[in-house]
Amino acid sequence: MILVWFIIIPLLGGALAWLLGRRSSGLARWVSLLSLVVEQVMIIVIWLRYYQSSPSPGSWFLDMQWVWIPQLGISFHLAMDGLSLLMMALTVFLGIMSVAISWTEIRERVGFFHLNLLFILAGISGVFLSLDLFLFYFFWELMLVPMYFLISIWGHENRVYAALKFFIFTQLSGLLMLISILGLYFVHAHTTGVYTFDYLRLLGTSMSPVASFWLMIGFFIAFAVKLPVVPVHTWLPDAHTEAPTAGSVVLAGLLLKTGAYGLIRFLIPLFPHAAHSLVPAAFILGVAGILYGALLAFAQHDLKRLVAYTSISHMGFVLLGIFAWNELGLQGAVMQMLCHGISTGALFMLVGALQERIHTRDMNVMGGLWQKIPRMGAVVLFFALASLGLPGLGNFVAEFLVLLGSYKVNVALTSMAVTGLIFATIYSLWIVQRVFHGELKKKWTVADLNIRETTLMVFLIISLVWLGLYPQPVFDTAKPALTGLREAAVMTVQGATGPAATDKSGGNPDLKGDGR
Amino acid sequence: MNSADLYAFLPFIILGIASVVVMLGISVYRNHAVTNLLTLLGLVLSGLALALVANWIPRQVTPLFIADRYSFFYTGLILGATFFTALLSYGYLEKLGGQREEFYLLLILAALGSSALVASSHFASFFLGLEVLSISLYGMIAYPRRGAADIEAGIKYLVLAALSSAFLLFGMALVYAKTGTMEFGPVASKAGELSGSPVFLAGLALIIVGLGFKLAVVPFHMWTPDVYEGAPAPVTGFIATVSKGAVFALLLRYFSGLQPASNPPLFLVFAVIAASSMFVGNLLALLQRNIKRMLAYSSIAHLGYLLVAFLAGGPFRVSAVTYYLVAYFITTLGSFGVITVLSSRSGDADDIGLYEGLSLRRPWIAAIFTAMLFSLAGIPMTAGFMAKYYVLLAGVGSALWFLVIILVVNSAIGLFYYLRIIVAMYKKPEGDTPHGAGAGETIPASGGFVLAVLVLLLLWLGIYPSPLIEMIRGLL
Repeated sequence: MILVWFIIIPLLGGALAWLLGRRSSGLARWVSLLSLVVEQVMIIVIWLRYYQSSPSPGSWFLDMQWVWIPQLGISFHLAMDGLSLLMMALTVFLGIMSVAISWTEIRERVGFFHLNLLFILAGISGVFLSLDLFLFYFFWELMLVPMYFLISIWGHENRVYAALKFFIFTQLSGLLMLISILGLYFVHAHTTGVYTFDYLRLLGTSMSPVASFWLMIGFFIAFAVKLPVVPVHTWLPDAHTEAPTAGSVVLAGLLLKTGAYGLIRFLIPLFPHAAHSLVPAAFILGVAGILYGALLAFAQHDLKRLVAYTSISHMGFVLLGIFAWNELGLQGAVMQMLCHGISTGALFMLVGALQERIHTRDMNVMGGLWQKIPRMGAVVLFFALASLGLPGLGNFVAEFLVLLGSYKVNVALTSMAVTGLIFATIYSLWIVQRVFHGELKKKWTVADLNIRETTLMVFLIISLVWLGLYPQPVFDTAKPALTGLREAAVMTVQGATGPAATDKSGGNPDLKGDGR
Repeated sequence: MNSADLYAFLPFIILGIASVVVMLGISVYRNHAVTNLLTLLGLVLSGLALALVANWIPRQVTPLFIADRYSFFYTGLILGATFFTALLSYGYLEKLGGQREEFYLLLILAALGSSALVASSHFASFFLGLEVLSISLYGMIAYPRRGAADIEAGIKYLVLAALSSAFLLFGMALVYAKTGTMEFGPVASKAGELSGSPVFLAGLALIIVGLGFKLAVVPFHMWTPDVYEGAPAPVTGFIATVSKGAVFALLLRYFSGLQPASNPPLFLVFAVIAASSMFVGNLLALLQRNIKRMLAYSSIAHLGYLLVAFLAGGPFRVSAVTYYLVAYFITTLGSFGVITVLSSRSGDADDIGLYEGLSLRRPWIAAIFTAMLFSLAGIPMTAGFMAKYYVLLAGVGSALWFLVIILVVNSAIGLFYYLRIIVAMYKKPEGDTPHGAGAGETIPASGGFVLAVLVLLLLWLGIYPSPLIEMIRGLL
């Protein structure tokens, strides 16, 4: 029962913020912050209890199921294991950060802004918690609309274009996933006679390799667009650059993670066979993303766009780690999701704070700002170092583990991925160099980070150092879930060989005729 | 015809009586509010009669009509849509002035015609229903007589509807010549053996052409944008929902007997119509700046989506089409409802420029319109999402991969123009816009009520569709 509150609280909080926001902007902000803090407390309590419970692999710590549309085999099924717990913790944490960082940036239609922000968080929470594929798709689509509003109303110069592009990319890819979900539904019904969208029952559905491959592709496209994987990444730089700060934080910190989460939770366990055949391609795409994102980051003089491209590079590691599908790789991918969320979120917050002060994101006119705003300079330096993978900070742990994991799968591509770390070093230091060092190009009068911003940064820094120095609690939390998923995926490989082999001799492995 | 037949036919009889009462009422005491109330009363009574005589169905009432769950469900839908149209028209006509009362007479007659259409089981009743509907619509389209546009739209509809009726009649004649019967059941059962006969096929093709005109599917869609633009907004909503919905319900019932899914030529014809409707509708909608025209093209595309479900075989077909139609009724009535309440005496609020900054002037109306547009685009928590989902379910279930992919691509194209309206509404207008929609005008209470009800229905069907699905399962 408690899980549904993770959806209801932000929805109610958002609605309340909207209603109150017409009277007073301050009230809207406090209501949003308060509802997220309540969620954060809930998460911490759950986490502590989870940590004490020593869960077995593949078990669900919290599980709830309501009848929703029984005629079509749809239920309101939410569940939480270690993986979703970590993702939820990140969601709520960055949610608080986004509300707090928008405190002075957003001055227009404050209530509606918080409505959208909290609705996005509700949608993302739903994605991380759903165990019914229809429900998953429902939340997957639901989070797009408020994000669209966030970009198109409170964004920067080119916001309408960016918002539209974002929406069309994600919507179209989502519909392809929907077709795959429906295909899986009918394949399952065809073999078992049960019409259901329940993830746990659809796991291990036996199907022909051809069907499995095409269904998997539908999921892959949707997740690849979100992640993003290189050829379908073009929405990301625009959306990130044009979004308001909170929008960029949520996009980079959370929305991209839903793609990775989808790969881990749904794509590989549902189609282990087909996913296995995709490993070489996924590795190539991952490495391409790492290098391409890094290279394009060099070419930017818009600071926000630069950070956006580094996201593409960092998410390439996540793709590598996931498709390595061994313990090291997966733990690394999960770690990377958390650390990238925090470090890139922080960088976007800093860029936003800078833009709020000097009204530009163009690095050509910056420079020498360290003299003016040393505190901000130091904080940027810290997160730039985190982003380049300095040992002692979370990102290092993550990328190191991913590389260890993928090394076992493909040495050549892993070595190429390593060069991404060198690029990361260059562009990260370059940010600091071009913005904070050198000549002061204009006589800026800027204030340094204020108490609110400094407090937020302290939280972010502490969590990143914690993840870098003592990541064990995270590993312990994720491990049962990841082990369970890996076992489930392997088991289905063995289980499916029998029927798949007979299917081949049985002739028509096509999907046609199902459900007739 | 015995008393039980009469009893089962009660809802339709009440509608007929209501039209006479309204006519006499006008001649005795001409008053807009009273006429409107009488109309609403007639519609409600007819709706109550549907529930009252539910135990007497299914029943064949003379060879002409069939009263069963299917026809009752669709009659209920038509009555509901007419009820909302009557309420919306009240505020609209109140602003317009002039002689407003006869409008309701036409409205009831149109509802009667479309109910007869969905209950018909014979070419004669089919044609009668269709003509009663069409002739009422001519009058309704040209009713305000504000300028050339209304009259043009009315005449255009008159000419094309008459033409399509001629096609339909000729088609019926050919089918009758071959089968020797005008009842749908026997015609469908003889279709199998006659599928090689050119005369029979020609008759069928002509009927499809006639129905295609009414449904405004490509390539019979030319009249739609002009008529939608010229007709008063509530009437446009009525044409888009009741007139199309009734014809589609008929199509679904009787072409199901012909089994388009297992009849390759018939399947091909409908598949081509579906695919081209989706593409033409959505692509042309992209070019529009007039919201009524945009919605006209969008409705062409939506009929294309509906045809995908129509072509699907399997257990989901009828429920998918019906669900889609219900969602489409709510959404379309809501969209034209918004245009209606924002319209003024001088003309309908149909230019997209008028909508700039609407969210600041009229936040609730803008929110409702946003919900309606999201529903048309198929975004979760709205009825349109479940409807599109249901159609895709039916399509994938019958492995209509090609049409399903086209549908998906078109959904993405559709987003462009739905979002354009939304962007305009949430944009901050430069300077003040005294001419913007909703500035200064009051929103009629009846219209506001209709919109509130529709948006609640929209959300209800989008979040908890289970009761409706239960109701429409096994309609046929």
